[in-house]
Amino acid sequence: MTPLPVETSSPLIETHDLRMTYRVGRGRVLRALDGVSLAVQAGEVLGLVGESGCGKSTLGRCMLRLVRPSGGRVVFDGIDITAMPERRLRPLRQDMQMVFQDSYAALNPRRPVGDLVAEPLRVHSAPGGGRRNGVEIARRLVELMDLVGLPQAALARYPHEFSGGQRQRINIARALALSPRLVVADEPVAALDVSIQAQIVNLFMDLRDRMGLTYVFVAHDLAVVRQISTRVAVMYLGAIVELGEADAVLHHPAHPYTAALIAAVPEPVARTDGLPPPLRGDVPSPIAPPPGCRFHPRCPAMRDRCSVDPPVLRRLPDGREVACHYPVLGAEPDLMPGLPAFLATGPAAGRPRH
Amino acid sequence: MEGDTLLAVRDLTVALPIGGRLVPIVESVSFTLGAREILGIVGESGSGKSVTSLAIMGLIDVPGARVSGSVRFRGRELVGLAPRTYRALRGREIAMIFQDPMTAFTPVYTVGWQIDEQIRAHQKISRKEARSRTVRLLGDMGVPDPEQVAGRYPHQLSGGLRQRAMIAMALSCNPALLIADEPTTALDVTVQAQILDLLRGLRRDYGSSVLLITHDMGVVAETCDRTLVLYSGLVAERGPTGALFARPGHPYTAALLDSIPPLHGPRPKRLPSISGSPPTPDERPAGCPFALRCTHVHEACAVRPPLVACGEQDVACVLPTEGRPLPPRFVPEFCA
Ligand SMILES: Nc1ncnc2c1ncn2[C@@H]1O[C@H](COP(=O)(O)OP(=O)(O)OP(=O)(O)O)[C@@H](O)[C@H]1O
Ligand SMILES: Nc1ncnc2c1ncn2[C@@H]1O[C@H](COP(=O)(O)OP(=O)(O)O)[C@@H](O)[C@H]1O
Ligand code: SF4
Ligand code: SF4
Ligand SMILES: [Mg+2]
Ligand SMILES: [Mg+2]
Repeated sequence: MTPLPVETSSPLIETHDLRMTYRVGRGRVLRALDGVSLAVQAGEVLGLVGESGCGKSTLGRCMLRLVRPSGGRVVFDGIDITAMPERRLRPLRQDMQMVFQDSYAALNPRRPVGDLVAEPLRVHSAPGGGRRNGVEIARRLVELMDLVGLPQAALARYPHEFSGGQRQRINIARALALSPRLVVADEPVAALDVSIQAQIVNLFMDLRDRMGLTYVFVAHDLAVVRQISTRVAVMYLGAIVELGEADAVLHHPAHPYTAALIAAVPEPVARTDGLPPPLRGDVPSPIAPPPGCRFHPRCPAMRDRCSVDPPVLRRLPDGREVACHYPVLGAEPDLMPGLPAFLATGPAAGRPRH
Repeated sequence: MEGDTLLAVRDLTVALPIGGRLVPIVESVSFTLGAREILGIVGESGSGKSVTSLAIMGLIDVPGARVSGSVRFRGRELVGLAPRTYRALRGREIAMIFQDPMTAFTPVYTVGWQIDEQIRAHQKISRKEARSRTVRLLGDMGVPDPEQVAGRYPHQLSGGLRQRAMIAMALSCNPALLIADEPTTALDVTVQAQILDLLRGLRRDYGSSVLLITHDMGVVAETCDRTLVLYSGLVAERGPTGALFARPGHPYTAALLDSIPPLHGPRPKRLPSISGSPPTPDERPAGCPFALRCTHVHEACAVRPPLVACGEQDVACVLPTEGRPLPPRFVPEFCA
């Protein structure tokens, strides 16, 4: 077998077997995250995709410790922050920020933009300790407006005077005020029209280049995710089903769910051929997920074993990780150098259950 | 051809009172819809898609609003129709479905009961007969175990099932025209694909025509026979879907398609974006409404361009008339 890729630097953020459960009455438990392990290297953009309710936002909130996970670990820059009290988290918070979908709800309508963007600068102390003075804050505000492509006059105006795209620029300016290292963006372009969406996606890409940011970019739109991500994690019912290089995962999906998700995206091109048959059924409730492989009731490749034996995430020769007993492999053999014959031709042997 | 036209909309203009004056929200919208045809109306938020469809349905109930132009349905003029006559038409000959199925159902009755009532409002049949038709309809819409689903309340159904139940209710009286306003926007892509599949099958199984309103160019490309692109309340371009996506004739259509990140092929380093945002109805320029954002803008654009033929489409732009239509759009071969 070819050697597994070796991770050289230590990741900026990592999760180990992360779990989040919610009590939903009558003794029932909803597993929003059911053992998520991943690592994001500095400078990387990890795209998080999946259908609504699969746990994307929950994962993002756990990574930034906006909520406390029920189990597993979150490690930021080598420091375990899973159970860290808020007082000790505070200095770290400057380094990790979040941008949300709803650009309006995130901004207090009664305060001018300058106040809103300056807020983190007032709340947190300067890098050398001590408060920033008015001149420092004013200077930083000018820089920030420039960075996100808004005129300085915007600082004196109120959120309702801006369009959705401009409001998202304001939110981004606020998230970047303290020069964070990690930004978790939760569906930041989902509410925007396509012509505006392109502007904001470009802005995210420019900012990453200019500031060396690391993103976890949550979106249900696969094309947007492919545009911005270096790696992609596909989630289904609280677990990662496939994780790997963006182009590898989205061009040659190995997990049947990833393949179905891609096939379901309506593409804005003139069609000459027929459409693939749609996937059956709805996403099941995370309160009572199906036994075995969670995807088996909808999976076109399902076999007997799938309904009893839950597949674990395992690494394939090309470096990606897949949770499926029978991954689709070898569509483009040259993309999978060193692929063992048994993997290329037949069902792969899964690891034993634990 | 005339005989095949189900709906003919001509110069439809809807003006609403904003800040003490009547502002035209939708201006001179014209199109036809043939029998068993699916027409897509696509545009960004605020472009007037919903206002257009509400005007066709006679549902603009803003005091002081003015609807002018002509909407002919099966040869009959609908603009100015008495509210009572309009009401009789809705539900029986024209039905509508929305983004949020919860608006179509009352939470306090089961979905089956509500579909039964809808059927019985238009036809004198027994409750039992109505129920068996309801169950058949739900089954036709791909609802698994329809008998059991008919006995459930709207909130007990998943988003996809609710949408299917709403379509079943809309089709219960076999309408000739179904108007669907963003019917899949709230759904996940895998469920959206199922619902679009269902809509495509309606003309075959029910002989219905569909007016599909959406902001998603991909949904239009995969579902509609013909497409109408709205920009700031005006028609920018209309024509057969295949031609319009392969060779858009209006700079707005072309720029919009370019700004959508591709799912296949090489990734662009930057997405070609359109600067600025669409004008609101009260700040729409007197000339071409796209002029403020168009990379081809020139003096001639200061006069409102009429729709002119351009390839297989009609385009509201001066470029074709000036003998310099847009070059064909570059489409990577694996997408075409
Ligand atoms: N009752 C009203 N009073 C005043 N303006 C209105 C009213 N209803 C709609 N408008 C305006 O008319 C324009 C078109 O609205 P419409 O709802 O048709 O847009 P749309 O294309 O359906 O957008 P979306 O994609 O957001 O649903 C918008 O500028 C909107 O603000
Ligand atoms: N505070 C909460 N209480 C109960 N259930 C929750 C809560 N937050 C999220 N959930 C549930 O957890 C699951 C994952 O939610 P979420 O992370 O928001 O999904 P996504 O962002 O992928 O749409 C969903 O089933 C959701 O209903
Ligand atoms: S494990 Fe089985 S059911 Fe699950 S995705 Fe793979 S083939 Fe499908
Ligand atoms: S009329 Fe002028 S401004 Fe309008 S789309 Fe055509 S070239 Fe652009
Ligand atoms: Mg979410
Ligand atoms: Mg609308």
